[in-house]
Amino acid sequence: MKFSGKIIKCGDNINTDLIIPGKYLTLTDLQEMAKHAMEGIDPSFTRRGKDSIIVAGDNFGCGSSREQAPLALKYAGVKCVIAKSFARIFYRNAINIGLPVVECETIYDKVEEGDKIEVDLVSGSITVLDKNIDVKAQPLPKFMLDILREGGLLNLLKKQTGK
Amino acid sequence: MKMNVLEKILANSSSKREVVAGEIVEANIDCAMVNEITGHLTIKYLEELGAERVWDPEKIVMVLDHTIPAANVEAAELHKIMRRFAKAHNIRFFYDVGFGGIAHQVMVEKGHVVPGNVIVGADSHTCTYGALGAFATGIGSTEMAAVFVRGKLWFKVPKVIRINVKGNFREYVTAKDLFLNIASMLGENGANYRGLEFRGPTISDMSISERMTLCNMAIEVGAKTGIVEADDKTLAYLKGRVNKSFQIIKGDNDNSYEHSLEIDVTSLQPLIACPSSVANVKPVSEVEGVEVDQVFIGSCTNGRLEDLRIVAKILEGKRVKSGTRLVIVPASQEVYLEALKEGLIETFIASGAIVANPTCGACYGGHIGVLASDEVCVSTTNRNFIGRMGSPKSKVYLASPATAAASAIEGKIKDPTTLRWSS
Ligand code: SF4
Repeated sequence: MKFSGKIIKCGDNINTDLIIPGKYLTLTDLQEMAKHAMEGIDPSFTRRGKDSIIVAGDNFGCGSSREQAPLALKYAGVKCVIAKSFARIFYRNAINIGLPVVECETIYDKVEEGDKIEVDLVSGSITVLDKNIDVKAQPLPKFMLDILREGGLLNLLKKQTGK
Repeated sequence: MKMNVLEKILANSSSKREVVAGEIVEANIDCAMVNEITGHLTIKYLEELGAERVWDPEKIVMVLDHTIPAANVEAAELHKIMRRFAKAHNIRFFYDVGFGGIAHQVMVEKGHVVPGNVIVGADSHTCTYGALGAFATGIGSTEMAAVFVRGKLWFKVPKVIRINVKGNFREYVTAKDLFLNIASMLGENGANYRGLEFRGPTISDMSISERMTLCNMAIEVGAKTGIVEADDKTLAYLKGRVNKSFQIIKGDNDNSYEHSLEIDVTSLQPLIACPSSVANVKPVSEVEGVEVDQVFIGSCTNGRLEDLRIVAKILEGKRVKSGTRLVIVPASQEVYLEALKEGLIETFIASGAIVANPTCGACYGGHIGVLASDEVCVSTTNRNFIGRMGSPKSKVYLASPATAAASAIEGKIKDPTTLRWSS
């Protein structure tokens, strides 16, 4: 399970209201919702989001339990989020909707916006292509990988129940 | 082995004799709550799954609370989805417009929360229920779909930070100020993945309403949940509200904590969280004089009867400063009715406040008091993230109901403990 993409960097405490403001929570079309991802801090995000990998500081996704936050990122084309640490509800939600999340303390200071990186979820290795940088993150436990492999908990449940 | 109260609840609910922090357990869920913002996704997922039945319709609580009554077609559609599902699945505890209020208040006052329970809600402030000695935490819509089908969910047993509180509050210094003090000590993610256990003589003296304010804000420092061990006050509160049986669970003590904070509230001053972080805390006296466009009093944090009583006491016979708007929203229909009977609502309206029906509304920038760019709001809610209550260019200060009321009268941020000597 490898993902590659261009880095979009953000700082600490990127909260769910920044990721998707509350006023858009009544939208049921996720593609429509994704157009507003991160608009509070970065209006250009939806243009740049496709095939990106977010590299963030501490406490990414703090705040609300709205699953629309990882969904908005996923539908905006974000491949994976790497952060020094995640808020716990966001972390669970991301796995459950099939957005890979990786906790890594050290990569943040080694990369710049726009760098191309590759993330291997199984081994936990993060490679900055063109820069010869290789960082080891904690690999995800098997049950989380199983969920991600199916594209989310719902797909996994469907498979298990034969639907 | 010694276990703290959260470990004991999780051990019980996963049929284990003991659990340790870090261990993953699968717990039986005693009650599961959704609101319309998260619930419509859960319902959609259940339909995709082809789930014909929920695990236990009596253990599911559905509340419409974010946009009450519906302010636009989109919100109305979400309400409709919820209504249909509740009917189709015989969900008895469905709180429609007019019958409930903000979910967290409704869950507690309608007796859905009892000590020792494991409760999940598809809303981050589900941690509020720790005020009654339950383990309660927020989850997302997909996991909720899994809970609706299976009635179980995995949890990592959290490490626990114990917060020991002693001393008596000065007049107009409240549980909200105490929590803001804790937030400034721990920081915005200082309790990430942890549980917070509040204890000590001050907590024992607190009402359930005040304990709810504390536990409600546990998530604001990243905590999985907050909890206060159930005691006589809890039992007194539950009397007449609950008809399910329960058991009071108490922790063993001392060594089952990651670390402790010791706080004495005797000299605590009113505090305020400045834009745009709950941990950006200053004494109110230091930011006095900042001009305020709107004051909002309400939410699952501070929209209860006791909060409204303090506000009425301060507003009595006074007028909201012209140029400042005061919006007051009781947390539930029950709170609203009680406030009406006590004459609080009359005091509010006479002072120039707008009183609206229970709804999350202003708290998340939805409706009833949305902020324009560059506007300043003093709010009794729990989050002042950029854009939380409206324009990304608005500024939100979080404070207690007393500070909010005092600021409404002055039209500027005002320390309530010095109010009586002013003007
Ligand atoms: S009042 Fe605010 S914090 Fe509480 S549940 Fe509603 S939106 Fe969330």
